[in-house]
Amino acid sequence: MTQGKRIRILIAKPGLDGHDRGAKVVARALRNAGMEVIYVGLHQTPLQIVNAAIDEDVDAIGLSILSGAHKTIFTKVIALLKKRGVPKVLVFGGGTIPKKDWNGLKSMGVGEIFTPGSDTSKIINYLNRTLKRDKNV
Amino acid sequence: MKNEKIINEMVQKLLSGDRRMAARLITLVEDEAEENHEAMKQIYPHTGKAAIVGITGSAGSGKSCLIDHLIRKFRQQGKTIGVVAVDPSSPFSGGAFLGDRIRLQSHSSDDGVYIRSMASRGYLGGLTRSTHDVIRIIEAMGRDIVIVETLGAGQDEIDVIHIAQTCVVVTTPGMGDEIQALKAGLMEIADIIVLNKADLDGANTCIKNLQASLSITSFEEGEWVPQVIPTVAVASKPEDIRGIDELVSGILEHQKYLHISNALERVKFERVEQELGLIFKDELQKIIFKGLKGTGKKKKYIKSILEGKNDPYSVVEEILGSYLITDGERRNG
Repeated sequence: MTQGKRIRILIAKPGLDGHDRGAKVVARALRNAGMEVIYVGLHQTPLQIVNAAIDEDVDAIGLSILSGAHKTIFTKVIALLKKRGVPKVLVFGGGTIPKKDWNGLKSMGVGEIFTPGSDTSKIINYLNRTLKRDKNV
Repeated sequence: MKNEKIINEMVQKLLSGDRRMAARLITLVEDEAEENHEAMKQIYPHTGKAAIVGITGSAGSGKSCLIDHLIRKFRQQGKTIGVVAVDPSSPFSGGAFLGDRIRLQSHSSDDGVYIRSMASRGYLGGLTRSTHDVIRIIEAMGRDIVIVETLGAGQDEIDVIHIAQTCVVVTTPGMGDEIQALKAGLMEIADIIVLNKADLDGANTCIKNLQASLSITSFEEGEWVPQVIPTVAVASKPEDIRGIDELVSGILEHQKYLHISNALERVKFERVEQELGLIFKDELQKIIFKGLKGTGKKKKYIKSILEGKNDPYSVVEEILGSYLITDGERRNG
């Protein structure tokens, strides 16, 4: 288990709401799927999130948002990733994000959205599939 | 060679302080990618200048919270910082939950602070196989101080002593009586012993015990005597936080001692000695396994051990013997 590439994921909760149970459940599930999860917890600003993603050289960033501020936060995070020269980092999200907003978020570059009640195996499969594909590019 | 050129470009960017490049190079050594030897060869000459401070202690003793304070103080003094924080990998899935950054995230928007979380990936000793190289990369980035946080250490995860110049061991009240302080291992490697959560019951007794155990240790003249520093890293009111300035001056004093007493040379010597040993072990194993695999002998040896016809020690002696003999014969012939 010591050798070879491991998938590294940053899990963060941007903004002001304090409900981190979902983020922790996902982080734990990804750990159990063999990924290295850097968990940075609550109240993260887009700049903190992007800097942490750069330092940690992660393959993906998962943001848990229950405050309704998803449009603003995803826009800022994706813009900052581009500005800092790491546009290839996959961004995905979870939380209470209404379906009507999904298309808008995806067209701005959010990879996938998982709402409460999603099976964690769906998230794991999605990440394994997407990140493996990207690595060969 | 094309690879060499790409690596060279990456290293040049690293030397200019590019954190993105530091991050990518760290991933390279962590994943033991093919290019990692070439990268380290180029990086190595630019290392060896930073002060390396190790922070170790049991899980939940407050290592990350103390580091948060240390970063703030060192930044006020204008020093640039690198942090390597290790947490354990799961022995079942190989995955990891790396949570040290939670306490350090307030520094994420500071360009003078580079933080990297690492999973132990099955390596024992409290660090990771690649910690040596990762610290060298951060040094090459030009950081003044590199702080190495071990995973939650028990009694014997003491590899940090081979890497850090100043070892800070963090303990808390209620971790045992003075007999614990007398045992060999973790407490023995401390240059500074921090009693964190010193606002808890029993802190005073604990400090007395630690000091008592030091007082019956004999130190040579001019030798560093470990300091015992009580701290409170987390408090509901900021004015209740204690001992941080004392810890900072303790670390700086120890660094000064290392320079004046020439002990730094010894610490650096040991660091390289351990590095060399690790690389030898890895490379020899790789070469031998590769050779055995090529001839199909590896399977045969393992089977013979399983069938009770042989044991691992005899196998290693036989294989190493044949290597050494052929080498000798070659020389004689």
